[in-house]
Amino acid sequence: MSVTLQTEPFDPGELLSAFCQGRRETGGICSFTGLARAEAGQTRLLTLEAYPGFTDAAIAAMAQAAALRFDLQDWRIVHRIGPISPGEAIVFVATAAAHRRAAFEACDHLMDWLKSRAPFWKQEQGPAGSRWIEPTSQDLADASRWDRSAD
Amino acid sequence: MARVLLFGRLADLAGWRERRIEADSLVSLRSAISAADPDLGEALQGPSVQVALDKVLVRGDRTLGPDAEVAFLPPMSGG
Repeated sequence: MSVTLQTEPFDPGELLSAFCQGRRETGGICSFTGLARAEAGQTRLLTLEAYPGFTDAAIAAMAQAAALRFDLQDWRIVHRIGPISPGEAIVFVATAAAHRRAAFEACDHLMDWLKSRAPFWKQEQGPAGSRWIEPTSQDLADASRWDRSAD
Repeated sequence: MARVLLFGRLADLAGWRERRIEADSLVSLRSAISAADPDLGEALQGPSVQVALDKVLVRGDRTLGPDAEVAFLPPMSGG
């Protein structure tokens, strides 16, 4: 159960292999790897800014709540910060549970939250210069699927 | 002296990301910032800007100790 924010690229395969080690009571592990998209050449570089000590604490608190909600045995989140080139992995989420459904749903839930509500500030640099971007309406709608009031 | 941090577009607007500013409350800190940079002062008043004191979100005024860390957070983009 840990979150890592790092400027260095990571290998999602290595992270997943490490997460799978030593589990005799886990029935299912679900993982998701998000890549930075080039947006048809419109994005040359993505830069993610975090507030160390605040961003990681918010992510950990959210993941711990999700672990209770979905009865997870374990979770792992790795998120890139700083400059990220198209094609590079930007986020890795893995969830472990006794049964597959909980692992799938918790992973989906964690990603929706990370994409829309995690305390990052994202800047896209493209041919027309750079701009700060905010969550899309689709990101917000995806995240709201999990709000308790909508249950 | 409060340690003041700016993120995202607020840092671009200000031209700095971290600065030490003499202030004993959030209200006096905002006044000091506005006096030095009215555009930044106005941007910090925006309804979408959140304030974290020592890495905890707060609303309204707060007393600032000598080692206070104040962060002004524009709308979060998600990852």
